[in-house]
Amino acid sequence: MSASLLNDTMQQHLTNALNKGIRFDGRKLDEWRPVKVEYGISKTAEGSARVKIGETEVLAGVKLFISEPYPDMPEDGSLMVGAELLPMASPEFEAGPPDVQSIELARVVDRGIREAKAIDTKKLCIKAGEKVWIVSIDICTVNDDGNLLDASSLAALAALQDAVFPHYDGTELDYRQKTKQKLPLTKLPIAVTVYKIGKNLLVDPSPVEERTFDVRLTVTTTQGGMLCALQKGGDGQLTLDEIKQMVELGLQKSAELRKCLKA
Amino acid sequence: MAYTKRFDGRKSFSDLRPIEAKAGVVPRAHGSALFRIGNTIAYATVYGPRELHPKFMQNPKTGVLRCSYNMMPFSGAGERVKPGPNRRAKEISLVTEKALLPVLDLSDYPNTVVDVFIDLPQTDAGSRCAGICAASIALADAGLPMKDLVAAIAVGKVDDKLVVDLDYQEEAYEDGPVADIPVAMLPSTGEYTLLQMDGDIHKDELYKALELAKDACNKIYEIQKTALKEKYKGQEGGDEGGDVE
Repeated sequence: MSASLLNDTMQQHLTNALNKGIRFDGRKLDEWRPVKVEYGISKTAEGSARVKIGETEVLAGVKLFISEPYPDMPEDGSLMVGAELLPMASPEFEAGPPDVQSIELARVVDRGIREAKAIDTKKLCIKAGEKVWIVSIDICTVNDDGNLLDASSLAALAALQDAVFPHYDGTELDYRQKTKQKLPLTKLPIAVTVYKIGKNLLVDPSPVEERTFDVRLTVTTTQGGMLCALQKGGDGQLTLDEIKQMVELGLQKSAELRKCLKA
Repeated sequence: MAYTKRFDGRKSFSDLRPIEAKAGVVPRAHGSALFRIGNTIAYATVYGPRELHPKFMQNPKTGVLRCSYNMMPFSGAGERVKPGPNRRAKEISLVTEKALLPVLDLSDYPNTVVDVFIDLPQTDAGSRCAGICAASIALADAGLPMKDLVAAIAVGKVDDKLVVDLDYQEEAYEDGPVADIPVAMLPSTGEYTLLQMDGDIHKDELYKALELAKDACNKIYEIQKTALKEKYKGQEGGDEGGDVE
């Protein structure tokens, strides 16, 4: 996730290797590292998950609470996504208020879930105009070995799948008593970020690759070729043809990732 | 009325909850550990010695230890914990630093900082002690010069019983007096490096509770050593190299 640059020689070496279809860790350009999703890793959360992609590790937790709805959507509950690039995860992350990197990460994850209408917010309504459930997802990085973005998106989704409502009797919310009622999840929007380095497209970058990329495109998709969010990043530009290739690759890879989640 | 049986089913008032410790859980960090006691889980990561900024905080005589305690937003039993350091977290970070400092010698690393990050994904009381236990393993895993490990546990009183390793339900006991005493110690000398207390307790009971803490810390010390040995098992000079400290 770092913006700091590699030295020119290393960058040249990396690009030359990629031009021959070789990555430093021996993977193919469109090959992911092993992905592992573990559910229920925090008992204090209403739902939680750990996602490991290679050595990259991210935790996500869902907390539910009751609040007033937005005035323009009196019958809908709402969603909040926060992300912390904890300094535990990388020597490059510093303590302090969220920087622009973690804000972008949270917003990209948020947008995927929100725009796919993955949560049926009408079902989060307790009393129209007065009380609705708010779903807050928090993402915490444990180890940054590249591709925190896709790992976070997957972890957020898995935490949503894992979440159950706490007991609510109409007046008091008892977090210590969990019900069996799951969140109204309708879709599984999955983010895949495709990176362009030189003229090569690759997925699931290592930290070195993340440091040298020209452009990236995060493609968030549900099923059947449907897209729900995009985010272009990096200093470079993309042709229409490249965008098509990146979207296709994103779709193809998200189908593989979807298999790592429980149905 | 009296507290006769532990809420979570532990057999004795001096029993610890199940403990799990592992070294080297965060590959990017120079040293790391996971320490789990009952439903409280603490990660500790160590970065450094590295350059300390801002510069005026540097000490030309020694490296500086800097701890930060952080509850993940979903780690509290009740409402979401707002991210970022609050007053409680800052105080715990401070006492954690003071609990660990006596075993560290950073005089070989002037002008640097050793950062210790304690992050909790799930808590059920005793989180500062779990953090200290994890941090001490992580510091050793980072290869820093240390005189000893630091083991920590909360002892106290629930109603008329002296209790070791209180969980949340015990801390929140309402039918009688409660005292919560987080303690950290140097197992090899029996000296205390963290001592806090809140609640009601007679001085004689306090002394007894501190004795109980000693036994508990010795048990934890063994688990900490095992975690470190486990990580370096089979590595060059690791297995037969004697004790970890």
